[in-house]
Amino acid sequence: MVEKRTADVIIIGGGIMGCATAYRLAKQGVDVLVLEKKEIGNGGSCRNAGGVRQSARDPKELPLAMYAVANIWPQLSDELGVDVEYHQGGNLRLGLTEKDQQVLTTYVKKSTDVGLDVKMISGDEARELCPYMSKAVVGASWCPTDGHANPLTTTLGFYRKALELGVTFVTGVTVLKLQKVRGMVRKVVTDDGIYEAENVLLCAGYESRRIANTVGIDAPIEKQFNEVLVTEAQPKMFDIMIGVAGGEFYGHQSEHGSFVLGGNSGLQAFTSHNDNFVTNSLTTPCISRGIIKYFPMLKDVKIVRTWSGFYDQCIDVLPLIDNVKEVPGLTVGFGFSGHGFGIAPAVSIALSELILKGKSTTIDISQLTYDRFKTKS
Amino acid sequence: MIKVIRVAKIEPFIEKEDDGMIICRCEEITKGEIRRAVYEGMRTINEVKRYLRAGMGLCQGQTCQRLVQNIMAQELKTKPSELGMIQGRAPARPVEIDIFSNNITDVKEG
Repeated sequence: MVEKRTADVIIIGGGIMGCATAYRLAKQGVDVLVLEKKEIGNGGSCRNAGGVRQSARDPKELPLAMYAVANIWPQLSDELGVDVEYHQGGNLRLGLTEKDQQVLTTYVKKSTDVGLDVKMISGDEARELCPYMSKAVVGASWCPTDGHANPLTTTLGFYRKALELGVTFVTGVTVLKLQKVRGMVRKVVTDDGIYEAENVLLCAGYESRRIANTVGIDAPIEKQFNEVLVTEAQPKMFDIMIGVAGGEFYGHQSEHGSFVLGGNSGLQAFTSHNDNFVTNSLTTPCISRGIIKYFPMLKDVKIVRTWSGFYDQCIDVLPLIDNVKEVPGLTVGFGFSGHGFGIAPAVSIALSELILKGKSTTIDISQLTYDRFKTKS
Repeated sequence: MIKVIRVAKIEPFIEKEDDGMIICRCEEITKGEIRRAVYEGMRTINEVKRYLRAGMGLCQGQTCQRLVQNIMAQELKTKPSELGMIQGRAPARPVEIDIFSNNITDVKEG
């Protein structure tokens, strides 16, 4: 058999964005090839706490989150034939102080302005929803339609379904650069030779900037280190996704029973990880102290593992989802800044429409252009 | 990472007599589930771990890692060494949140 080197669309990055978009394109009969440097879902896709959240999102990307929650997540397990463990248990964002309350109130105002069902509730009301939390919680924002899912089975579920529909995945191949032919994107140069397509989708997380640079496109994104801890399984306590205004931690109890709780030490920009997925000795203690402040009854629960990953952090904490004018044929989907998982099923619709129709017609992504960044004066 | 070209299998999945054997004891994952995950496209031990939870339990794969590798290698007709290792994770043994938090104040010196 001759090795596949050309396709209608080449997707760079085998994360959830790449796998889900490959699935959507293949479903419409498009010939797709996905190139991945390491394993499927090795970046942020399998290294996040599984939030499917609309609250506390920037209104500019809220249409993606609201579309995904209303139209995709509830049926996704059936659609993929894999249990994505989606639970729509709501999202509480907790506050301990007056200042926290102000932060939450501002978010609630912004979100209700664009039609999201989210409101401020008192500490006692929050404890009625989730009786396990500390009396120190004085107030919270509550969004009943938020939830969480399993990022591992979701990412690999999209991958499996794409594979089933005829998509070819090549893993262990590093993209070195893109090359234009007659002004259009055409060649994807890798350490394993050249792959060719008329359309290229770049959704390689924090590797995207380096690759975009090779055709003269830049974006203000950088790698940002974050960690997560996982506890032993506990009896089912609550289905609510938890966030805190102070940013000490976020997470949920998974279907398996373990708590998956993420956070950072605040010093992560300066601790040495040498670009590896190692965990830092400062972080788990820091997250643990945060957990005890809000959920003191979890103090005797054992942590079984910790892991780390990198955000592709954009300067305005919003993704770039767009066709690149200067490089016809190139579509980008990166810069998700640590909250891409929950919107990924909707992003894949926008990306497939950008590729096939030239614009996103189902979901409004007009605020997420790649060329929105301006100097300060 | 070695290069792997992944396409869907054309031939159907064939069940085997010993598919019911439990391989990952912590998470109770069977040989049949691992074989099916490979059939469905999982090509590294970390992908199988993420897909099935094999190796995610209390022992963190210390018991089943080699067994999972061998089953995968047999299915894929490759060497176990080409499937990668489960990523090692701290802590080496489960530790309470309270101990991690450094909040314990009743430990005296001497």
